[in-house]
Amino acid sequence: MISQRPFVAGPFAHDVRTTPMVMTWVMIALAPATVFGLGLFGWPAVYLFAVTVASAVLFEAVCLAIAGKPLRATLADGSAVLSGWILALSLPPWAPWWIGVVGSFLAIVIAKQVFGGLGQNPFNPAMVARVALLVSFPLEMTRTVAPRPIFRSDAPGVIDSLAVTFGFGGHIDMDAVSSASLLGHAKTELARGVPLSQALSHAGSLADQLFGIVPGSLGETSALLLLAGGILLLALRIITWHTPAALLFGVLAPATAMHLIDPERYLSPLTHALAASTLFGAFFIATDLVTSPVTRAGQLIYGTGCGVLIYVIRTWGGYPEGMAFAILLMNAASPLIDRWVRPRIYGRDRKGRPLAVKPKEGR
Amino acid sequence: MRLFRIKGGVHPDERKGATRDKTVVAAPLSARLYLPLQQHIGAPARPVVKAGDRVKKGQLIAEAAGPVSAALHASTSGTVEAIGPCPVPHASGLKGAAITLVPDGRDEWAEPMPPLPCDAAPEAIAKRVAEAGIVGLGGATFPSAVKLNLRERHALDTLVMNGAECEPFLTCDDRLMRERTDEVISGVALMARALGVARTLVAIEANKPEAAAAMEEAAAAHPGIAVARVPTRYPMGSEKHLVHTLTGRETPARALTADIGVVVHNIATAYAVHQAVKLGRPLVSRILTVSGGAVAEPKNLEVPLGTPIADLIACCGGLTAEPQELLSGGPMMGQPLRSTDIPTVKGMNGILALTPADTRRGPAHACLRCGTCVAACPCGLVPLEIAANIRNGNFDTAVEAGLMDCIGCGSCAFACPSRIPLVQSFHFAKGHIAAQQRAQQRNEEAKRLVQQKGERQEKLAAERRAMMERKKAAAAKARRAATEGAAE
Repeated sequence: MISQRPFVAGPFAHDVRTTPMVMTWVMIALAPATVFGLGLFGWPAVYLFAVTVASAVLFEAVCLAIAGKPLRATLADGSAVLSGWILALSLPPWAPWWIGVVGSFLAIVIAKQVFGGLGQNPFNPAMVARVALLVSFPLEMTRTVAPRPIFRSDAPGVIDSLAVTFGFGGHIDMDAVSSASLLGHAKTELARGVPLSQALSHAGSLADQLFGIVPGSLGETSALLLLAGGILLLALRIITWHTPAALLFGVLAPATAMHLIDPERYLSPLTHALAASTLFGAFFIATDLVTSPVTRAGQLIYGTGCGVLIYVIRTWGGYPEGMAFAILLMNAASPLIDRWVRPRIYGRDRKGRPLAVKPKEGR
Repeated sequence: MRLFRIKGGVHPDERKGATRDKTVVAAPLSARLYLPLQQHIGAPARPVVKAGDRVKKGQLIAEAAGPVSAALHASTSGTVEAIGPCPVPHASGLKGAAITLVPDGRDEWAEPMPPLPCDAAPEAIAKRVAEAGIVGLGGATFPSAVKLNLRERHALDTLVMNGAECEPFLTCDDRLMRERTDEVISGVALMARALGVARTLVAIEANKPEAAAAMEEAAAAHPGIAVARVPTRYPMGSEKHLVHTLTGRETPARALTADIGVVVHNIATAYAVHQAVKLGRPLVSRILTVSGGAVAEPKNLEVPLGTPIADLIACCGGLTAEPQELLSGGPMMGQPLRSTDIPTVKGMNGILALTPADTRRGPAHACLRCGTCVAACPCGLVPLEIAANIRNGNFDTAVEAGLMDCIGCGSCAFACPSRIPLVQSFHFAKGHIAAQQRAQQRNEEAKRLVQQKGERQEKLAAERRAMMERKKAAAAKARRAATEGAAE
């Protein structure tokens, strides 16, 4: 028996985990919060989600075809579905269909494929789309609605919902159903000079915030389910604790300090932790492998940076929600962090010089 | 005893179950044995027999050619058929020089070398190890005698015996330690004596409790020898990392463990040392594991050196399927074999016929920068960055990022979820850089020669000029003398 095919170097053993598997697990981890969000905001949310994910896959396929890359094999890695999915979760649930399509275009074509596809993008595609949409279409992107669970009588039906998402087939008065998210409400009230104790007097209960029965983005409301997904990813070691823990620390440390100084002007750390996108960002956005640093130490710096920026933007910035901006800013810093923070090479000092030969040491 | 943590490493499936309870059995004698002259690091051995010579088992057939080389002995009695090119285990698939031996079936030993006493001088032990043709049997195949003489140049205090056997599938060291414990410990003691060290640590991964228990019992009689159960984590058997785990000492980059007072030998080498020193027998056989999903009956075999791999596979019931990969050594660092005609050599600790289920090979995906390789690297490198630089042709940047500090253990490529052939890329870059350096050296050498030639020619021309001047002067003088003479 003589083998003629070219040799490949070892190892001739591999870990079970593959990239498509990683993507699949992230989707599984996202599923509970997604299903909850779809149920909470009804058929318009379902339509928006479907349109966003489908257009993301379509744009990916078009780009791959133009670039002459293998279509099926690359689509099978699941990254386009995941990008569209994450983008959909960060949109207002009753946004019109074109928000989803434009968002997917921005995420897949502008933020990802232009740079060379999966693994080459410097910025998180879903967050690029979210920020670009927010800046370009502030009205559509900030019009959150009060929860209308799919099974409740005041929820729009299958047909009426078409009006919400696609603008035909029925009529819904958007102004009547709008409801600001907690952070948005607090920000407007503070701007009017209303102290927090008064502004939040009729906000949802703690349990509602915990479970996510509050106005907000499609998939960002349920702190509990997002936490469960995050814990699943941690348990499977698809992500490590470094980035999420650092991000939460970055948000909660200044939040606690400022809240202690002036509880009437600064929201409590608990509100920050449960509000909207904190956990979503901590477990699913900041941990995006492509755009975060590769070393554990780097991830701690990155996560903390994300957290602090989230807090700063939420508290003193122009937008009630700062997660997407914070992540993008830290994405930009990622290559720098990777350059500065690197592991020490075995047998060398931090500067890369060989260690001095000193026998009889260490014991 | 206190162990020290090392960074990185992976946990490949052990897959040792197929052979860990299989007693070592002797492989049958093949119709022909092929003994390559290069079975070690260093210069190829120089044949001392010729075609047609009758040899006995253990007789010297090729001598060490230089200080870093190893002798070769007939692995059975028979006739030398030829000395010439034969298939050898080399990644190129090219043939190499080998001595072909046709066994006579009597397996008759030559007169053994006289056994050395227990209080033999260190130099005598090292000399005997050299005479016996012993090389590092863990796969490194560095001539062992050279390493036993390290005491001459380094202040040594510890001998580490590597019984970690961290490669999946392989169980030959495990079986050796369990079945021939006393001989192994005797060899260990001899090596410690040769090195002049007071302390010997036998490192065994925690997944081999029987071997560790047996070795502990046998080592009890030797106060200087201690058995350490090290964590089961690849690459625990890497020399520098094993020393670090056991002693807490970190070998500086580009230095040897001997520079920090430690020498590492493989446990199978100790057995060979015992055979050579106590019984006077040179290295003519070795124990190896034949395993993998495509092998019908995986076994541990004691094999005469030179036995074709095809015969070993046949002895294990043959192959149940076309293997995806045929390897010498373990799946992490083993070398692929071109053909089953290749003979067993000293450094072969396993023959693996792997199925797709064993290798889990799959299509490569894009790098996600997930950092799994960074966490897996035991050398503190950022493999994805080095690979990206290599891909873009930035070899200098790759070297700056630590390419040359890579030990090639394969932990990164094992762990990579995108199945990126990182090790392949590093090998390629190292080869490319070596070729560049050779080309540069050639250029410099050519430049030097040209310059020398110029200088030489100039010198000649100068000499010629000087001679002409002298001649001219002499002629003028003669003319002057002639005219003066005529004038008188």
